[in-house]
Amino acid sequence: MRRPLGVLLLLGVLITLFSGVFGISAAHAAECTPEGETSCVQGSLRTSAGDPASGVSLTLSGPVEDQTTSTDEEGKWAFTVTEMGTYTVTVDESTLPEGQFLKGVSSRDFEVDPGRVYSGLFPMTDDPEGESAEEPSDAAGEDEPGATPAPVEDGASADGGAAVNETPGSFSWPRFWQQFVSGIRLGLLVALASVGLSLIFGTTGLSNFAHGEMVSLGGLLAATFMTLTGNLLLAIVIAVAVMALFGWAQDKVLWKPLRKRRLSLMQLMIVSIGLSIAMQYLFQFFFGAGVVRIDTSTPSTVTFFGVSLTVQSVWIMAISLVAIILVGLALTYTRFGRATRAIADNPALALASGIDVDRVINVVWVVGAGLAGLSGVFLGLVFNGLTFFTGGQMLLLFFAAVTLGGLGTAFGAVVGSMLVGMMVELTNIWLPGDLKYATALLLLILVLLVRPQGIFGRKERIG
Amino acid sequence: MDFWTDLLISILQTLISPTTAAFVIAAIGLNIHFGFTGLMNMGQAGFMLMGAYGFGVSVSYLGLGFWPALLVAILAAVVFAVILGIPTLKLRGDYLAIVTIAAAEILRMIFKMSLLSDVTGGPLGIHSKEYRGPFTELSFLPDGSTTILGITYQNNGGNDWWVRLVAWALVLVFILLTWLLVRSPWGRVLKGIREDEDAVRSLGKNTFSYKMQALILGGIMGAFGGIVMTLPSSMQPDMMGRPLTFNIWMIILLGGAATIFGPLLGTLLFFIVRIALTTVAGEFVPREVLSAAQTEQLAWVLVGVALMLLVIFRPQGILGNKKELSFNV
Repeated sequence: MRRPLGVLLLLGVLITLFSGVFGISAAHAAECTPEGETSCVQGSLRTSAGDPASGVSLTLSGPVEDQTTSTDEEGKWAFTVTEMGTYTVTVDESTLPEGQFLKGVSSRDFEVDPGRVYSGLFPMTDDPEGESAEEPSDAAGEDEPGATPAPVEDGASADGGAAVNETPGSFSWPRFWQQFVSGIRLGLLVALASVGLSLIFGTTGLSNFAHGEMVSLGGLLAATFMTLTGNLLLAIVIAVAVMALFGWAQDKVLWKPLRKRRLSLMQLMIVSIGLSIAMQYLFQFFFGAGVVRIDTSTPSTVTFFGVSLTVQSVWIMAISLVAIILVGLALTYTRFGRATRAIADNPALALASGIDVDRVINVVWVVGAGLAGLSGVFLGLVFNGLTFFTGGQMLLLFFAAVTLGGLGTAFGAVVGSMLVGMMVELTNIWLPGDLKYATALLLLILVLLVRPQGIFGRKERIG
Repeated sequence: MDFWTDLLISILQTLISPTTAAFVIAAIGLNIHFGFTGLMNMGQAGFMLMGAYGFGVSVSYLGLGFWPALLVAILAAVVFAVILGIPTLKLRGDYLAIVTIAAAEILRMIFKMSLLSDVTGGPLGIHSKEYRGPFTELSFLPDGSTTILGITYQNNGGNDWWVRLVAWALVLVFILLTWLLVRSPWGRVLKGIREDEDAVRSLGKNTFSYKMQALILGGIMGAFGGIVMTLPSSMQPDMMGRPLTFNIWMIILLGGAATIFGPLLGTLLFFIVRIALTTVAGEFVPREVLSAAQTEQLAWVLVGVALMLLVIFRPQGILGNKKELSFNV
């Protein structure tokens, strides 16, 4: 039992990674699942007789490079969009089935926000003049798994099929469940990072503002190793291992000497802010300011009870859950876990009772950084790529989760993370996408108003 | 030699620019929070955003005049301070830090919302020509342009002498105000709270009320900083995000918290060192080794590292007195 159990714990995380098999197969031409930052622009083409029109070529142009697709045998088409902006979908009229013409315009514009589904209708007619009275009845998107039925507003097809945008405020149960599952997924990913943040806070008192950068670094490293090895699983394992090493080194080189210098907690916090600035710009320096993709293959999706997820997401959720449970078990049942909790409770007393405080804290850093790295990799996979600022953006969600659960309690951090994940994804049903993260932060402020110690925190911590 | 004169001129331009003045003003405000009262306000950018948009939207959307718009900006900052202060001023310092940073982010997201594009301009923000009018009308400078020390700007309109004049006048006013306030009995109570809140409370002072007053006062200064910063060209929500707050912290810690001239000195050094670094690197390091963007990024890495070193080795900054410094949690 003298071996650092935390390291074993991290190994456990890695082993669960090995056990996961990422089944990634070439996807169906017309499948797109909106998740995270990814949005879908999709629809289906029917001939005037109502048969699916296959093989029609469509082009998407916008802020990033043009994409071209053609409709499958069911007449469906879909584009996956990861950058916000205005996109134009154009139907190549020369590829329409013989004797068919577009009733309205051949191109439509979409204002794309992250994580939404946009449906475009291109009704056809057999009248070359394009003025048929017959109206196609398909509201595109209805028959897409995972795509929420987009309500056809004000007789959209009457004027030749307007672009139907899934506006906030359109509530439907399928959409609710889809968002609910996304919320669980986001919650798990936030939990991975915030457990580490919470453990570090609990044992050292440091509010680590550079934790977001550890998340980004994990994802960026995974992307690097992915290009080097070509094997996603291997890339993830290496990235997490390097992150754990980084956590170890960070504590040895930076934080331990600072603890020895008896810097106050506020000073430590500002040091972490400085570190976060430096790391962010180093990432920009090495990886550029654009989106870095970890996995560029097209994901396959599965549908449970009408909720559609990529196979990758299912694995990600499973692995995150296992990792979190392992950490929880280790904290509860191992000597090392007990030592960690003892230090969180009272460092002086822990030291007096013979616990090697520095060693425990060091392992906490290793585990915390490893978990943060894992979270970053998964965020990069779920969001279809990450930037130097992905972690920085999520940082306040981590803080919200940790504070919500009660500063310094790992279990509280998990519960807080799930709440934050749910809050972010569910309020997205009603609120515009740009306020996504604001609700979680608002929740944080409200909790501090009502119960400043958080859900599981103890009163004496709030001072 | 051309290079050095150019560098000198660009440093001079930076020194008198309204942005620099805006940083000084916001830093003076943060100094009231952190330096004198010991409040860890990590959302100074939020106050600046309230000021800038309070003023900008009042003029561009509501069509108010200069003074009413200024009043709106100040009120916006006061409201923000009260909303932040009520839940957090009774809690430990790091709670205030987390709540202020979260609140400032929420504000930034709300003002960036595309739903509010008609009012706030969404992510694109508002161009200064839509809210500058009433401010330019107050100018007593004659039309035309003036050259001082080889630097030429228009007198009125856009990035002009009038903004510079007002901005630096405000800096003077706020420095003077801080000097008067911290010598006053009120200022002594603030310092007392910073040193030992319980002791001050035992003397019968309502520390919550004093902390709230300090938060409001510093927040109003932040609002002025925001207005000054956005008057020359435009305002976007992303200008006033977390990096801005961190820079102001850097400035405070560099110049010296709890000093009268710390914010001014810190700002000047912060800007001079950065511009000198990037210009010199741009001149002497070949483009193939470092592009302009990369030089800029490395300069920021240095800012981060400098912040760390500063807090570790000289937390009192250049002018500060270690005894006056409190990172109390």
